[in-house]
Amino acid sequence: MSHMNPYVYIAFIPLLPLFVFLLLGLFGRRYFKTSSGTTGTISLLVTAALSIYAAYQYFFVSGKTDGVYQKIIAMKYTWLQFSPNVSIDMGIILDPISVMMIVVVSFVSLMVHIFSLGYMKGEERFATYFAFLSLFTFSMLGLVLSSNIFQIYIFWELVGVSSYLLIGFYFEKPSAVAASKKAFIVTRFADLGFLVGILILAFYSGTLDFGVLISRLTSLQSPEFLAITSASFMGASMLTWGLVLVFIGGAGKSAMFPLHVWLPDAMEGPTPVSALIHAATMVVAGVFLVARLFPVFCFDPSALQVVTYTGVFSALIAAVIACTQTDIKRILAFSTMSQIGFMMFALGVSQYGGEQGLGYMASMFHLFTHAFFKSLLFLCAGAVIHLVHSNNMKDMGGLRKIMPVTHISFLIACLAISGIPPFSGFFSKEDILLAAYHSNKLVYAIAVFTSALTAFYMFRLYYAIFWSKGVPSSAAPHGEAAMSMKIPLVILAVCSLLGGFVPIASWVTSDGLPLHTGIDMAFSALPVLLALGGITLATYLYKSENDRPEKIASSLGSFYKLVYHKFYIDEVYLFITKKIIFNCIGAPAAWIDKHIVDGFMNLLASVTEKISYLIKGMQSGKLQNYALYFFCGIVGLAVLFIYITHN
Amino acid sequence: MNLSLLIILPTLTAISVLFCKGLKQVRTVSLIGASAQFLSSVGLLMVYWKERAAGNGSQFLFETNISWFAPLNIHYHVGVDGISVAMILLTAFVVIAGVLVSWTQETLNKEFFFLLLLLSVGAYGYFLSLDLFTLFFFLEVAVIPKYLLIGIWGSGKKEYSAMKLALMLMAGSALVFVGLMGLYFNTHVNGVHSFDMVEISKLHIDPEIQNLFFPFAFVGFGIFTALFPFHTWVPDGHSSAPTAASMFLAGISMKLGGYGCLRVATYLMPDAAHYYAPVIILLATIAIIYGAFATMMQKDLKYINAYSSVSHCGFVLLGIGMLTQTSINGAVLQMVSHGLMTALFFAAIGMIYSRTHTRMVQHLGGLLKVMPFISTIFVIAGLCSLGLPGFSGFVAEVTVFVGSWQNPDQWYRLATILACASIVVTAVYILRAAGRSVMGPITDSHFNGLADASWSEKLAAGILITGIVAIGVAPFWIYQLIGPGTEFIVQHFGKFVTLK
Repeated sequence: MSHMNPYVYIAFIPLLPLFVFLLLGLFGRRYFKTSSGTTGTISLLVTAALSIYAAYQYFFVSGKTDGVYQKIIAMKYTWLQFSPNVSIDMGIILDPISVMMIVVVSFVSLMVHIFSLGYMKGEERFATYFAFLSLFTFSMLGLVLSSNIFQIYIFWELVGVSSYLLIGFYFEKPSAVAASKKAFIVTRFADLGFLVGILILAFYSGTLDFGVLISRLTSLQSPEFLAITSASFMGASMLTWGLVLVFIGGAGKSAMFPLHVWLPDAMEGPTPVSALIHAATMVVAGVFLVARLFPVFCFDPSALQVVTYTGVFSALIAAVIACTQTDIKRILAFSTMSQIGFMMFALGVSQYGGEQGLGYMASMFHLFTHAFFKSLLFLCAGAVIHLVHSNNMKDMGGLRKIMPVTHISFLIACLAISGIPPFSGFFSKEDILLAAYHSNKLVYAIAVFTSALTAFYMFRLYYAIFWSKGVPSSAAPHGEAAMSMKIPLVILAVCSLLGGFVPIASWVTSDGLPLHTGIDMAFSALPVLLALGGITLATYLYKSENDRPEKIASSLGSFYKLVYHKFYIDEVYLFITKKIIFNCIGAPAAWIDKHIVDGFMNLLASVTEKISYLIKGMQSGKLQNYALYFFCGIVGLAVLFIYITHN
Repeated sequence: MNLSLLIILPTLTAISVLFCKGLKQVRTVSLIGASAQFLSSVGLLMVYWKERAAGNGSQFLFETNISWFAPLNIHYHVGVDGISVAMILLTAFVVIAGVLVSWTQETLNKEFFFLLLLLSVGAYGYFLSLDLFTLFFFLEVAVIPKYLLIGIWGSGKKEYSAMKLALMLMAGSALVFVGLMGLYFNTHVNGVHSFDMVEISKLHIDPEIQNLFFPFAFVGFGIFTALFPFHTWVPDGHSSAPTAASMFLAGISMKLGGYGCLRVATYLMPDAAHYYAPVIILLATIAIIYGAFATMMQKDLKYINAYSSVSHCGFVLLGIGMLTQTSINGAVLQMVSHGLMTALFFAAIGMIYSRTHTRMVQHLGGLLKVMPFISTIFVIAGLCSLGLPGFSGFVAEVTVFVGSWQNPDQWYRLATILACASIVVTAVYILRAAGRSVMGPITDSHFNGLADASWSEKLAAGILITGIVAIGVAPFWIYQLIGPGTEFIVQHFGKFVTLK
């Protein structure tokens, strides 16, 4: 590295949380019993400040060359040299998406750290909690800055394990342990696709470096491109296979159908963790991965189709399920899945460059705004749960009276996610819908419907928590939470309100050139009106206690039941794993090993014993003797062999 | 550096243990001896690097060659390349950790430590030998103590397990012996037969002869490293063995086999290795998948780790069978990684067992609450086993995967994908074991008063974790160490065999 490199400080953005993780992980229990929270928070404050400075430097000072935002390799070290050309490097890539992501990740992480100071107060493993949060932040920052496809896989696994550790934080609860296990295994299964996808892409492109890989696989004349598109397997080119397999990894992390089953259960973790990992950052890693490889995806329409339909279907199914759930965190989890579906299909309908690249920009824009309003929703839910000690919305109601800050923040977030102007979600969702409209009318129709449904179930949730009944008696008498929990709510509420005015379109685009977008009133009218309709319906049904929801549910009959049980997808998985894999593969493997393979060995041994007994009339039964005969026998055979081969 | 030091040190320690009185003296002397080995192994790494940095490009460094038994042309010929240095480091790590976890060994402690140290003599001698006969001699030195260690200090059906292990390893040795004889009688250096690996590697043995003797050598060594279907000594042997012996068995002994498969069978008989590669890959893939599924059904922690060793050692054989430089690098890395990781795993299981007196997953629970240190190392060992980045297992596995994928044969690709799929099954059984035994509510009120790790146990775990993390976080150093060694093997391959 030359001393001219102005980006060296960026290495500290991920390394600082890593250092805090090691410090708190090794010494936290003894030396930082109470100060671990502030230690973690202060270090995150530095990280967030550095990230924002980096964004300033990149977007306003030195990121552009000839008006185009560049991909800058801030640093790169060889980590594992497989062969002269193929190596895993640890590097830092700066481009619009990575710079945007470090800001989002470190900012939301900071908010969650501050919130956790109050929320986790008195927890016995306070230091461990902050150590894990730091580990996650390190891994996530490393993930978005990765310059090498295997580097991203490494951090991908690390965010997975941080998520595992945090979901299972309350390890004495069997449900938390089960949820953490499920999350890890489902995403691991998806990562298998990612790994094989990497192997395919790396084999044909002859590199693991993102820059080289993308340039080789996007130039029509390059031998690598010709090789990967001409080779095919089962009717699809190897490029399609590679990209779809990589996408499966992304779909697992981003909880896309049918790999979404882990996300609702992951809500067993502490609520601030859900806000950080399972709402704002880790779950969008799949979207980020597709965006990272987007130039290559653009050369393979069939892979993009897979992305589109997976995304839009997940968005719809999650929104439908969310309408029937009663656990507030699970509703938010399904809503996350639905919103990520929006980001995913926005990428799918996009193309590379210029106006055609609107979907790409919209996806990143939505990722940006969603991070604020969704983490805000979760943190509000955390404040509510902290107060009423329940996750079930039936135990809530009327809370607007005793928690005004939470109430207003939650309302702002609900309006943002519903796409009501001028809240942030409106702008990003409009761009997504516009991109879908220009590319695929079916996708557009489903998306508009889903977005109306979003408004409905979010306000159902809002009314159930803050209106409906009177204040539940179980609510703690002390009223709204500590200051440390209120501050992040207010900050995030401001972001959710104003985030839509951040000119992402001029910064984060597929080709690095600014994109000019404006709000088309005529186009926006329909989605906004439908969203308002959803809100009105929710108001009618849920604002005050009444029996209308019950009636509707019973009139829908078995369909309602089907949705309420999340289409029985979990049960299907349980059947496959428990009945098929355990009973039909695992158990026979263990049985065969014990009775057939080992049985054969034992038979061999007893036959040898019998024979030696017969021949020698041995009395001792001592192993040494058997071993000796055995040995001599085989050596004798050997000598025989050698004579045969010699003559 | 005089390599014989690495054989003399443990021998002297073992002998002086015999003259000690009482546990305190015995363990102090053993620890001093193990530390001396440890330091000299690290010293060996340093001088090896220094020599390479100085531009010494010969295949083996620090060679000593003394005629031992002239009529049969047997030599005491020792020397090291990067692969053997890595294996020696592994041995030193496991030996010192093994001595530390046996710190409170009460019964027959003198004999126990003597046998442990004798085993390490065998391992060091084996990894240093360049003469096939000497190599075989040390292999046998490493086998016999295992029988006694399990038979005397073991648990459960220990006599059966000890017998089974000894018989199967003896059979392996016998097969190896046949293979070595085949090599010996078919080489003529200056008119005499030779056991010398360096000499033999320069010759091109008739491929038909190679094809005849390769299976003997490979299967023989393969039995040591749990080659399917000759792996059944592994679960019984490991689970009956006392903790330190399990660590030695899985950490060192199984690696003797992998090393032999590579250094003797594959290196000296390249045509045959190429000829039999599909069979090796088939058996390795079966071991990986089938071992993983069999692990999933186990209920005893030691059986879980033993079966998972079958699966993990499959990667070693897969890497060798794929015959690319990257895959062979991966095989060597996997040997080192698995050695450290599985030793740590057995150490943690031993610590749990010595306190709770059970290893059955369903009887354990909530240990993280009462013994956080031991539970944490158990989880770390598990995470390493499932190939989490940051630990050595990941580095080794991805190297095998990437190396295997370089082999463009369609069927080999399928084998690679199946091997990759094992990472999911591994996650299932590791997380099940961890979830049931160390997490969840405390299942037995007796667990409440149990003590966490002692200083010696903490030190042992710390040493092993240092090794695991040193490879996992900064793999480039070990890559540079073993790279030149495997390059010689692959170049040697290129001389005789044209690969597709």
